[in-house]
Amino acid sequence: MLGFFDTPETTLPVIFALLMGASILVYVILDGFDLGVGVLIPFAEDTEKDRMIASIGPFWDANETWLVLAIGLLLVAFPAAHGMILTTLYLPVAVMLFGLILRGVAFEFRGKTATMRGKRQWNGSFFIGSLMASLSQGYMLGLYVMGLETTTMTIAFAMLTALCLTGAYAFIGATWLLMKTEDVLQLKSVRWAKLGLVGIILGFAGISAATPLVSDRIFDKWFSLPEFAFLLPLPLLSMGLIVALWVSLRHLPDAVDRWCWIPFALTCVLFTLGFFGMAYSFYPYVVPDQMTIYEAASAPESLVIILAGACVVLPIIIAYSALAFIIFRGKATDLSYD
Amino acid sequence: MDELILSRIQFAANISFHILFPTITIALGWVLLFFKLRFNRTGDERWMAAYRFWVKVFALSFGLGVVSGITMSFQFGTNWPGFMETVGNIAGPLLAYEILTAFFLEAAFLGIMLFGFRRVPGWLHTTATFLVAFGTSMSAFWILVLNSWMHTPQGFEMIDGVAHATDWWAIIFNPSLPYRLVHMMLASGLTVAFLLAGVSAYRRLIGDRTPGVRLTLKTGVWLGAILIPLQILAGDMHGLNTLEHQPQKVAAMEGNWQTRGNVPLLLFALPNEETRSNDFEIGIPSGASLILKHKADGVVPGLDDFVAEDGTPLHPPVSPVFWSFRVMVGTGMLMLLISWYSAWRLWRRGGVETLPKPLLVVLLGMTFSGWVATLAGWYTTEIGRQPWLVHGVVSTKEAVADVPASYVAGTLTAYLVVYAVLLIAYIATIFGLARRAAKGETVADAPRAGIVGGKRTTPNPNAVPAE
Repeated sequence: MLGFFDTPETTLPVIFALLMGASILVYVILDGFDLGVGVLIPFAEDTEKDRMIASIGPFWDANETWLVLAIGLLLVAFPAAHGMILTTLYLPVAVMLFGLILRGVAFEFRGKTATMRGKRQWNGSFFIGSLMASLSQGYMLGLYVMGLETTTMTIAFAMLTALCLTGAYAFIGATWLLMKTEDVLQLKSVRWAKLGLVGIILGFAGISAATPLVSDRIFDKWFSLPEFAFLLPLPLLSMGLIVALWVSLRHLPDAVDRWCWIPFALTCVLFTLGFFGMAYSFYPYVVPDQMTIYEAASAPESLVIILAGACVVLPIIIAYSALAFIIFRGKATDLSYD
Repeated sequence: MDELILSRIQFAANISFHILFPTITIALGWVLLFFKLRFNRTGDERWMAAYRFWVKVFALSFGLGVVSGITMSFQFGTNWPGFMETVGNIAGPLLAYEILTAFFLEAAFLGIMLFGFRRVPGWLHTTATFLVAFGTSMSAFWILVLNSWMHTPQGFEMIDGVAHATDWWAIIFNPSLPYRLVHMMLASGLTVAFLLAGVSAYRRLIGDRTPGVRLTLKTGVWLGAILIPLQILAGDMHGLNTLEHQPQKVAAMEGNWQTRGNVPLLLFALPNEETRSNDFEIGIPSGASLILKHKADGVVPGLDDFVAEDGTPLHPPVSPVFWSFRVMVGTGMLMLLISWYSAWRLWRRGGVETLPKPLLVVLLGMTFSGWVATLAGWYTTEIGRQPWLVHGVVSTKEAVADVPASYVAGTLTAYLVVYAVLLIAYIATIFGLARRAAKGETVADAPRAGIVGGKRTTPNPNAVPAE
């Protein structure tokens, strides 16, 4: 198969690109829902805000660790690309970091302040931080898709993707809340999710239409035969999922709340499909049109030692992350340290 | 200011802010495990009260450590791309092992440790507490491996200007690692000791007479009194190790310009890099020779040995290293004095009740003394590494990013503002928690009606009717 697995020099970059892709995907889903909950915060009442934040309290920290792993893998496996991407994205990265700081500290501070006013301020910091992080991640995604060039055209596109990714996060956040909350807040979540779904449809359509138009390479990758035929299931499946989401949202919440997890699960699958489409468009580049994963990779002896560790440790990480999700399964209750 | 100095200040600001919180969580994790184990063994509610209060401080510190740590992981790429391009083959795996063996462990079990007390069996909660403490220590181990390797690199070869690992055992257990690791772990222990004692003293001062406070005050004082002599010993050995591998750093710490014997231990001096000598020198004769060489005429290397042919200094800037070192040692001496006196009072006179009010005020004043000493120590060793980024391998100047200085200046200003606000909020919150605990307030809420163990027990009144 294209000689991928002949030598360590060709095998390892592919394995690490897969690992990095997987951790970005896990990050987008996991931190996506908790950033999304942050974006939805201003639309809820004060007591509902407590519950919304309680629903993500035990998880957010581990969720953000996937970002550190993704950026760490970029750093360790593709050091040349790491420097190139991050110096180009200097300012949006800074905005994202400030956002992550503001929202991360708000979790702790809002629960420990003695006054309602203090709590409102930290709620504000939580919202602004979540919004900054979501928008800047979408912006960076857009610029990345455009090959990290900054022209009026690419910046406009990046602004569109900033809005779309924020909408997508809000949507997966709403489906998370639908699963983790009850009563009035759950009804609100259904409404937010429905609105978000409309946004998702517009966003998917906008980005799918714009990407091939601005990049000839990506256009050719998708719209030449026989690739087009092989790839057809991807958009078809996505459309099917969107229809299924719409139908499920119309019937939720159900009487015994047995099916409240359906929209969240469907959304995870939808994000995964979108991610595969994206990954297909870029392979084999790690910096679009400029640097391939083979050119950017570290020395094989260093990659092997990381891979050995990852093979042992990643399954354990997945196991205990799953344990945390199992322990805090079901509806969110008020968080307390007791 | 140029981009190099701005990037250095930015990195220094970020890492200084970051290290404050791991310095607390590394040791506080173990202290919490100690409280939990004491409670498990004795069933004494006072230990659990201590646990409940300090786990909040832990959570707050951990949160700040996480967000500032995420910032750190991006700084390598945004400001110092030359670092990973040159030594990425060595730094990469070490950072990867930190993420894989420490970050996920801490983050996943923190949720269980903080919020799982009523959801999981007692043994699992204790295990989660252990794993979080273990995770923070693992994290410290890996990052100190990388940091020590930057000071005393070995186990690699350079091919086309890029470092390639040849011996991982030599890289991990490089010569300065054991000293640096022990020195930092003890620094964390001392920081927590004085934090425990200081906050507990504050609670006593505002009239808190709950028995949990007596326990934490005693724990803090005794922990400090036991660790400080060990730390002085470890620091001395670390200094001798530095003398062997980075003599120019020790020369700057001592403010010694010429290689000679009978070098005094300077108590005060203003190092002058123009004249390459000290102004207003006050010292103990032969003191530095005695400490470093264990004899009065012992020859100590001088800064003048580290100057290039054309006159450019190859040693670190002298004043910052000289003064940071004195701040660290001075704080350490203060810690010794206060913790031993307090411990002696506790031992001779019995209970916490007998500690005089002025001593409680002094302990309160020392609450964050661990931070001062730790930062001063890090400045000594890290500024002392200049002009190298990795000693003898890559210089700081070679690694800096080609980013407009205005970007760096802008983000630096924003970081400084955010960090100042967060630091004030952090300290205010800790003392706010102490005041509320002194009043006997708790933050526990009752579970919601209709939900037991997170499962719905009554039909949902808002359900969409089945069609």
